[in-house]
Amino acid sequence: MLNLIKRLIISHSYIANYGYTDGSGDWYIIVDSDKCDGCGKCVDVCPVNVLEVITDDYDDLVVSIRAEHKKSIKYDCGPCIPVSGERDCKCEQVCEPGAIKHSW
Amino acid sequence: MTTEYWRWTESRWTSPDIDWKKADIITAGVDIGSVSSQTVVMCDGELYCYSNMRTGSDSPDSARRATDWALEGTGMKIEDIHYIIGTGYGRVNVPFAHRSITEIACHARGANFMYGPTVKTVLDMGGQDCKAIKCDERGKVTTFLMNDKCAAGTGRGMEVFANLLAIPINDVGELSLSVEAEPEPVSSTCVIFAKSEATGLLRQGWAKNKVLAAYCSAMAHRVYTLLVRIDVEKDFGITGGIAKNIGVVSRLEKELGLKALPAKYDTQIAGGIGAALFAKALVEKSRKAA
Amino acid sequence: MITAGIDVGAVTTKVVILKEGKIIGDSMVTTGIEQKKSAEQALDEAIKKAGIPRNDIERITATGTGSKAIDFANSEVTDVEADAIGANFLYPQARTVIDVGGEEGRGIKVDEKGRVIDFALNERCAAGAGAFTEAMSRALEVKVDEMGELSRKSTKDVEINAQCAVFAESEVVSLIHAKTAKPDIARAVHDGIASRITSMVRRVGVEKDVALIGGVSKNAGFVDCLKKHLAMDLLIPDEPQIVGALGAAIIAAS
Repeated sequence: MLNLIKRLIISHSYIANYGYTDGSGDWYIIVDSDKCDGCGKCVDVCPVNVLEVITDDYDDLVVSIRAEHKKSIKYDCGPCIPVSGERDCKCEQVCEPGAIKHSW
Repeated sequence: MTTEYWRWTESRWTSPDIDWKKADIITAGVDIGSVSSQTVVMCDGELYCYSNMRTGSDSPDSARRATDWALEGTGMKIEDIHYIIGTGYGRVNVPFAHRSITEIACHARGANFMYGPTVKTVLDMGGQDCKAIKCDERGKVTTFLMNDKCAAGTGRGMEVFANLLAIPINDVGELSLSVEAEPEPVSSTCVIFAKSEATGLLRQGWAKNKVLAAYCSAMAHRVYTLLVRIDVEKDFGITGGIAKNIGVVSRLEKELGLKALPAKYDTQIAGGIGAALFAKALVEKSRKAA
Repeated sequence: MITAGIDVGAVTTKVVILKEGKIIGDSMVTTGIEQKKSAEQALDEAIKKAGIPRNDIERITATGTGSKAIDFANSEVTDVEADAIGANFLYPQARTVIDVGGEEGRGIKVDEKGRVIDFALNERCAAGAGAFTEAMSRALEVKVDEMGELSRKSTKDVEINAQCAVFAESEVVSLIHAKTAKPDIARAVHDGIASRITSMVRRVGVEKDVALIGGVSKNAGFVDCLKKHLAMDLLIPDEPQIVGALGAAIIAAS
């Protein structure tokens, strides 16, 4: 209950786009900080350890991309999002509030 | 000695109207970018003094030099500042900062100060990155996107072209607008490939201003594609060095169908301003708690 | 039957002339502003080497970024298909083909007949192609074809964090100012591009045997790094740049 009050009154929510645009397109992981409660299930289920939970500028726990993956996310997410074949994006599947999405 | 065409003008400024010794809360923001560094000092949330210079090879050293230069001639020492926040790419390397805050949050806050509470969409084109930020009337971030993987749409990209064409970077914007008709843009997606394209065009006899126009057009389009990802809402404000390039700004405004708010401050100090304002809020909070 | 394949790349144009499944002539020229002229020049050179009259060529297939400019070609084929067929001809056991050209990197999954099953591209980004090594060689003040030898003298691991050729160039300049040894920098350059190429190919799955083609495969230092990242050996032809044109010539004959 306190968490809910905190989220309504104190915390600040925003949409974060982590990733990059280059010659081949836009490659972003989109996090809705309003929906994300920092539970960390996506961090645990990611087969390539791309994600981490951080404390943001507004002192909330939220998921983000690890710095070393920020500029190679298109490739790093390859195992779950292959060029052709079945999309099997584990972080999106495990997130109940639907806080995390890929732009591709 | 080869002329460095990319070299933009470094500067500092002190407010003629403020006596810092009478200030209640003195705070500073130190924004260490990969290309430029700024230190901004505010007295009670008013802009007191700032510096804007090229980042050296050593971040802590750049932080100190930017701050020393900002304070030059003011009589103020670093110890007189109540709270210092570091931001930017090198924010963890400001040894005398009390805390660091991301450049996204600082740019939104800074833009809110510079452009007022109506600004909702902020574009920051830094030296090696490009940020598209949506904020609310208090300058808090509601959406953001930052691209720092690719030089297309960054200051470095523009520096490459200034060097290629041997034109001082301060003149690039004006010169690009001196064309009779808008040429086709060069490849907007890669600065290296755009550069080869431009070399070919020069060999074909294209005048420098036409090549510049083609490149500014490409850069404006690249930036436009980033902005539409976050759904542009007015008012629109631009921060960072590129705001000073009328060649890119005017073309971007045309593509967006939206004019950017006129800048009353040096657009490169937005991050530093935001950091200094965050610092003020923290000082106020701690004084209230005490 | 005598056929010709013309591969108009962003940087070089290649021609291969094929007779009864054997290469009888080939050539490579720099792609100029007028792609058709470059193609004709390359074709003339290859014909001279083959020692045949132009009319003996029954079919011409064009490929590459500038293939549309070759209006005298009988047919066109994508560079991915051309690469696959060409590599299959040279190495029928190859199931993955990696092409690192001047401006584009490709990872292609092929079957035993050289048909494309899947592919991934590093398009329009200098960091995933030869343009990266070229830009860094300028910063290091060495010739591009010296990069391989230089990097093999490396004794220390150095990191280049930038994923963009423009930013990497600044990083290289800083490293040089910090007195980092040039061989170490050169190897870091090759390591960076090898890492990107590997990530790209992994998107389609790496299955042996792996063939490497394209101009950058002549860089022994880069090849070392790529083998290390893939943890696999590589099949590299003596003339890695003409494989696309070879594939086009084979397709013309079928």
